[in-house]
Amino acid sequence: MKISYNWIKEYLDLNVKPADLAEKIERTSVEVDDVVKPSDGLKKIVVGHVLAIEAHPDSDHLHICQVDVGEDEPLQIVCGAPNIAKGQMVIVALPGSRIADNVKIKKSKMRGIPSAGMICALQEIGFSDDVVPKDYVDGIYVLPADATPGDDVYDYLGMNDSLIDLDVTPNRGDMLSLNGTLRDLAAIYDQPVTLDQPEVKETGAAIADQLAIHANADLAPQYRMRLVKQVKIAPSPMWLQIRLWNADYRPINNVVDITNYIMLKYGQPLHAFDYDKFAGQDVYVRNAKAGEKLTTLDEGEHDLDEHDIVIADDQAPIALAGVMGGLTTSITDETTTVAIEAAVFEHDHIRKAAQRHNLHTDASQRFERGVNRAGVQDALDAAAELMTNLADGAVQAGTVIGSDNVPKPTVIPLSLAHVNAVLGTDLELAKVVHILESLGFTVTTAGEDMTVTVPIRRNDIHIPADLLEEIARIYGYDDLPTTLPTGRMTMGTLTSAQKLMRSTRHSLEGLGLNQAISYALTTTDKAKMFMMQPSEETKLAWPMSVDHAVLRMNVITGLLDDIAYNTARKVKDVALYEQGRVFYREAGNDRPSEEEHIAGAVTGTLMPAGWNQPAQDVDFYQVKGIVAAYLKDMAINGDVTYEANADIPEMHPGRTADILVHGHRIGFMGQVHPTIAKKFKIGATYVFELNLQAIIDMPKQENQYDVISRYPAITRDIAMLVPDEISNDQIVALIEKRGGAFLQSVKLFDVYDGVKVPKGKKSLAYTLTYQDKHETLVDDAVTQAFEKVEKRLQDDLGAEIR
Amino acid sequence: MSLKDKLDELHQRGLAEIKKSTDLKDVNQVRVSLLGKKGPITEVLRGMRDLDAEERPKVGAFANEIRDDLTAALTKRREELENAVLNARLANEKIDVTLPGTPVAKGEPHVIQQIIDQIEDLFLGMGYQVLSGPEVEEDKYNFEMMNLPKNHPARDMQDTFYITKEILMRTQTSPMQARTLETHDFSQGPLKMISPGVVYRRDTDDPTHSHQFHQVEGLVIDKHITMADLKGTLQVLAHELFGDKFDVRLRPSYFPFTEPSVEADITCFNCGGKGCKVCKNTGWIEVLGAGMVHPNVLKMAGVDPDVYGGFAFGVGPDRFAMLKYGVDDIRNFYLNDVRFLTQFTKKG
Ligand SMILES: [Zn+2]
Repeated sequence: MKISYNWIKEYLDLNVKPADLAEKIERTSVEVDDVVKPSDGLKKIVVGHVLAIEAHPDSDHLHICQVDVGEDEPLQIVCGAPNIAKGQMVIVALPGSRIADNVKIKKSKMRGIPSAGMICALQEIGFSDDVVPKDYVDGIYVLPADATPGDDVYDYLGMNDSLIDLDVTPNRGDMLSLNGTLRDLAAIYDQPVTLDQPEVKETGAAIADQLAIHANADLAPQYRMRLVKQVKIAPSPMWLQIRLWNADYRPINNVVDITNYIMLKYGQPLHAFDYDKFAGQDVYVRNAKAGEKLTTLDEGEHDLDEHDIVIADDQAPIALAGVMGGLTTSITDETTTVAIEAAVFEHDHIRKAAQRHNLHTDASQRFERGVNRAGVQDALDAAAELMTNLADGAVQAGTVIGSDNVPKPTVIPLSLAHVNAVLGTDLELAKVVHILESLGFTVTTAGEDMTVTVPIRRNDIHIPADLLEEIARIYGYDDLPTTLPTGRMTMGTLTSAQKLMRSTRHSLEGLGLNQAISYALTTTDKAKMFMMQPSEETKLAWPMSVDHAVLRMNVITGLLDDIAYNTARKVKDVALYEQGRVFYREAGNDRPSEEEHIAGAVTGTLMPAGWNQPAQDVDFYQVKGIVAAYLKDMAINGDVTYEANADIPEMHPGRTADILVHGHRIGFMGQVHPTIAKKFKIGATYVFELNLQAIIDMPKQENQYDVISRYPAITRDIAMLVPDEISNDQIVALIEKRGGAFLQSVKLFDVYDGVKVPKGKKSLAYTLTYQDKHETLVDDAVTQAFEKVEKRLQDDLGAEIR
Repeated sequence: MSLKDKLDELHQRGLAEIKKSTDLKDVNQVRVSLLGKKGPITEVLRGMRDLDAEERPKVGAFANEIRDDLTAALTKRREELENAVLNARLANEKIDVTLPGTPVAKGEPHVIQQIIDQIEDLFLGMGYQVLSGPEVEEDKYNFEMMNLPKNHPARDMQDTFYITKEILMRTQTSPMQARTLETHDFSQGPLKMISPGVVYRRDTDDPTHSHQFHQVEGLVIDKHITMADLKGTLQVLAHELFGDKFDVRLRPSYFPFTEPSVEADITCFNCGGKGCKVCKNTGWIEVLGAGMVHPNVLKMAGVDPDVYGGFAFGVGPDRFAMLKYGVDDIRNFYLNDVRFLTQFTKKG
């Protein structure tokens, strides 16, 4: 809501600049979006008097005007506005002036005729289309006849005011009005404020003979009407139009403008009906009936719902209560009798109605936040008073009251000790009482205990904590002390699972992978790929897009999306890992279980080519090296083995391995199936995905010291030909099993299956290292053990020792 | 010619030959020829038996002196020649030290992770626990127990991805606070926790909105926790993340789960508080929301608000990273362009 600095100054003696006032409001009350002075940026825009006007010889719509701008000679200005006329006071942008959007106006020629400046529409000096009075939307604006040629136009149009745009939080409905803002500022600046008291002159007959209201008090706790006869519909005076357009309202006519003005001032939405259009003299506030329809002021047609509250006459709904009036009973130029409605509707109903009909109005916004139930009559009276003053209306005697339900004021006990204990302050009782009273609260004290009575208008204050906020903000957050919590000590440590997750990230980063964070919401297709266990998918009820509609059941596809993004941008070498959750759901459960996973994906080369080393495309064994090093870091207690798996549909059938610990599958790794890679528009990519939760849960090895033997080790190399189907794992297992007590390690150092090897065979070579921890090994002992292994390899695996 | 003269002459000749030698082989030859068993010095010494008993030890001593001197000269010459050989080789081994080093594979933590870790470490140091809850939550924990009943208008403030009527993608990490409040045993000590994690909002992705982002929410509940403690804690956080020069200021705000509620601004790092475009000329930038925990939140979790109270705060690591590094598009954090990921490597 935009609030006028000048308007505030009419009530408070503030010696602050608009920007400082805005900052004060922001620091103490509600957020401020902006402070704007409409004349800022404009230059040399003055009142002009159109002395003479003639048609342009070469145009059917341009006019050549002689305009008095307060100088010795009138200016000749060519103007294309359809509503230009002799005698008008107009807005003139002089040569060398600056109008809206920083446009500069120079002397020019229009179709051959010199033109010294420009006659302006309001939009051209920065007004929004939405606030320009209808008569001037398509032409120039005409200023009041008493304007003085040559004067700056800004004061005539209220453009030297500063407008503070408040972003009012949902709890502070009271701040959506001048009066509410004034009350807060009075407390902030600690000065008294006197608000206007309406004085209605009732000159007509008793209203009770002309109008009856039947209101359901559950729907409308407050419902009142006044009747004003003999009104003369006309444009509002300038001061009122200025108040409205500076608050983003379009001036329409005196009656409608008054209702908007009173809403701005009191925060009470009003509606003006054309009384003569009522069918009968009875007005009903009730739920809509099924099948009822209403055309609202904006000409929108609405099928009403039984939950809607409507205002109806004897025949049909005439307004959607608290949201918008109906078209049939709206104020027109012919209206002579106005029924002014001032009411408070149940906020929940209004919120839903506004949503249901997609009709969010300033009235509905205020009702949703709650309107002061004790201030309805004042606002109604103020409107009636203005209708007398500005539209010559005769206010009929009395108010018809359909419902009058005012809640009891909230009374809150509050102790000084509690205030200081929560705020961390050392405030004195008098200070606290003074702050509360300055906000209009009533305080009685007994020792250091206070009893605070909250005015009805502050419907956001219910409990002591609400009062604490009032005290804290008015006292000033800057003046609160700055301390840290004291009291009983607590330990701040990561859990072992959290530590392992950190170690996981550090380990993989050390191994060359960059951490990625991808989207957990993905497509149905991608959610279901690379799955490590069967699961139902978990779908959003109302996704924003199909790209993010289903919860992932694997981490790899997110990484493949990332690789695709990089590939599309010509980044060829990508090495990523991601630690995050996958979501498995059992049929029948609404809620999935969440499992921590760790996944990696590498494409291109891991180690970029340098001047001294060629690029080496990533392969299975490089990624296996990463996985193995990572699992070694995690120190899982148990053998890690890799078993070929040709059955994961998204993986290369010949280049994929399950990863097992103690025979228990914890994940898989290998090359992404080329058809999948093609779908993602990426090149050859190697991936792994592991159940991190399983790794967290598995028993771990402890670090321990192992004496480094002082005795020399002896090595023996062995090369052999074996059938293709014999795996490295089988050979190593056999050597380790049959290698004897002194065998320390077996290391593969060569694999060859080229032309020199018979078809169906491959050549493998290993280094066996022997060592005795307690004495120097004798060569003979090694030879003996080595020969035993050779024999076993020949007998058990059909190896040909070379 | 006396023996002494002969030895003198041998001495001089020997030194000259050593000096003339140009490689290690020469030096060796000179040594054998001068000092060997068949060498001239041995020869001369053999003639000593013809000398007087009185002369003999003098000449003997003189001969030893000469032998020692020649041996020293030989050693010195050999070292000179060895050094020359080594230096020649080293001169040959010269490389261009300005050629680039061999690349090593090295990965980096995600910038959001870095900020989360930094926040975690700070609060661990102040005795907080780190707790992470489920990303798919119950409406009850995400909203209702946060004092946001089903019809609360503030629910419109955050659009939510629902899975069913009661199950949703968490919109904040505070449901973990409700879960922890329910189970925490206050007789064992205060509750001091932060809950970092991914959260989801029903937003269309654009430079300033992401349907997925991160949050770290903090909660402290004990018998004597004050708003001044909140202010101090937020100040420590701002100093840790941005530096000591940064001030924190609090402004009133509204959250259903805290009362009083505040928003915290820090000094604009673009202009240092003078006012600029980034801070809309205010000198301040809004970075987080906080407040004193609403009594209803405590009550709903079974904690007596008359005895216990405290503060809560919520920060967005994504927003922090954007502000701190001037990242102009939040989507960068989730698209994982390697050229983006590897920019945040400064650890010094
Ligand atoms: Zn700035």
